[in-house]
Amino acid sequence: MKDIIENIQIKFKISEVTKQRDNQYFITVEKKDAIQVVTYLKDMEKFSNFILLTAVDWIEKGQFQLTYLLSDPILKYDIGVRTYIERENSMMDSAHHLWEHVATFQRELKEMYGIDFPRSPRVDEPFLLEGWDEIPPMRRDFDTKKYSEETYFPRPGRSTNDPAEHMKKKLYPNEKK
Amino acid sequence: MRKNNLFHWTPDRSAFPTIGPDGKPDIDLDSHKLVKIWHGPNHPGVTGNMSLELTISGDEVVESKTHVGYLHRGFEKLYERRTWIQCFPTVVRMCVPESDSNEYNLSAGIEELAGIEIPEMATWIRTLVLEMSRLQALLRIVPAQAGTLGLGLGVQWGVYLRDLILDRFEELTGGRIYHMYMIPGGVRGLLPDGFKDRLEENLKLVDEFALNLKRLMLDNAVFKKRTIGTAYIPPEWVDKYGIVGFVSRAAGVMKDVRKDYPYLAYDQLDFEPAMSTDSDIYARTWIRWQDMISSVDLLRQIMAKMPTKGEFKAPTPNVLHWEVPKGEVYVRSESTRGEYGFYIVSDGTKYPRRINLRGPSYTHAVSLLEKMLVNANISDIAAIMVSLQTCPPEIER
Repeated sequence: MKDIIENIQIKFKISEVTKQRDNQYFITVEKKDAIQVVTYLKDMEKFSNFILLTAVDWIEKGQFQLTYLLSDPILKYDIGVRTYIERENSMMDSAHHLWEHVATFQRELKEMYGIDFPRSPRVDEPFLLEGWDEIPPMRRDFDTKKYSEETYFPRPGRSTNDPAEHMKKKLYPNEKK
Repeated sequence: MRKNNLFHWTPDRSAFPTIGPDGKPDIDLDSHKLVKIWHGPNHPGVTGNMSLELTISGDEVVESKTHVGYLHRGFEKLYERRTWIQCFPTVVRMCVPESDSNEYNLSAGIEELAGIEIPEMATWIRTLVLEMSRLQALLRIVPAQAGTLGLGLGVQWGVYLRDLILDRFEELTGGRIYHMYMIPGGVRGLLPDGFKDRLEENLKLVDEFALNLKRLMLDNAVFKKRTIGTAYIPPEWVDKYGIVGFVSRAAGVMKDVRKDYPYLAYDQLDFEPAMSTDSDIYARTWIRWQDMISSVDLLRQIMAKMPTKGEFKAPTPNVLHWEVPKGEVYVRSESTRGEYGFYIVSDGTKYPRRINLRGPSYTHAVSLLEKMLVNANISDIAAIMVSLQTCPPEIER
């Protein structure tokens, strides 16, 4: 696995290498190199299995982390290619031409994080949500609680009890406070 | 009399629909040659809450689009506001029929990030639970393959036996479907007295069931006629579409996390995952039938080899205030459907930064199924879906 990382380092600039275990590494590359690194790993280093593409929202840094996770089915190595993109007007080159299922991940990221992947098939079609007009829900600034309080307000006739107080009243109705 | 072209039967079905210059079918619903129908979300032939938007020419599918989201509960979003231990009650719900893979993956991920090694006893109990989980899922889904073609008897047998395994789960964990039995550091308890004997009694019935199911389903002439050669997946699609598990093994490509990336006690067990090269519905059913027999054998091996006493949980920090060290990890296990992975990112606080599930259905039910259904007969759609064992909750999380 070490020699693979060295091979990548010769061709691309890697800013960080994290060894999680002997057969699992994560590397950080620049946005402009990310798809090239993924393509290189697929074509030259036999990482032919694309596991996932996902995003992590680092709102405090104003960045999204994109992780492309690949595995080598023969040597049983995993490599995660990390890259960081700006949160505002977030956009990334598409990798749908490399594997058929990448387009699905990109479509979900567009919907859930608002990250655009121009020219990715059906990227603008809704994936899970229907008629969603709020900010993309997986962004950390989307407040789930506030949204549900505003959207699904409590029905009349419902009340909330503190469990400890409720049981006290039920078990010891005559006890004075 | 005017000739009605609309009802003129054309033997050459390849004439519909016309193929455009971009190689895609020209879908003109006003032509009256095509019909758009929805298969699901409420349909007995659909595996869970998903639907297929189908464009049909005669009884042949021209285009299929998978629609999910009917069971989207936003779990991955909710984890941002829950402590690590608070994630367990919901993480099991990410795949209803086989919940234990979820709790194993999350526990294993947290343990790896925190550098915790679990005791040997916990390793064996976890392996036992995962195999019991595999068995109960297969008891439900293997006969269901015949159910999609109208042969429902095996399903009734399977549901009864699955309930017996769920009884064992209930006495071991307190829950039938969702167990929350594996927690960071190990498991919640030891096996109850007499558990192994009761499980062995259930396994004997499963042995009998497997033989009966073979006679009922795999040897059935109608089942063979409907499934052999139907929904073929070329082996070169395995990497192209991210195919895993039994679907990949049916296409002749060995993929089984238990062998490829041995975890828990699987490296101490003697088993060989079934393989085929036929890659049709029959092959995928046969492989899962073999997996069911293999699972029974593995459960017997585990019960024979596991220690009789020992610690079942390693010490962990107070889970209410546990700050899991910063880092990221991808952990995987083999579910009945194939590789089941969790990508976990911790920022060193009490709350997970990101927990992302990658289930087999994410590709099997979307990009692969959409491709496979083109040119399929509508009467085969349910059989094709069940042959991929798609599970919508793991797509939408």
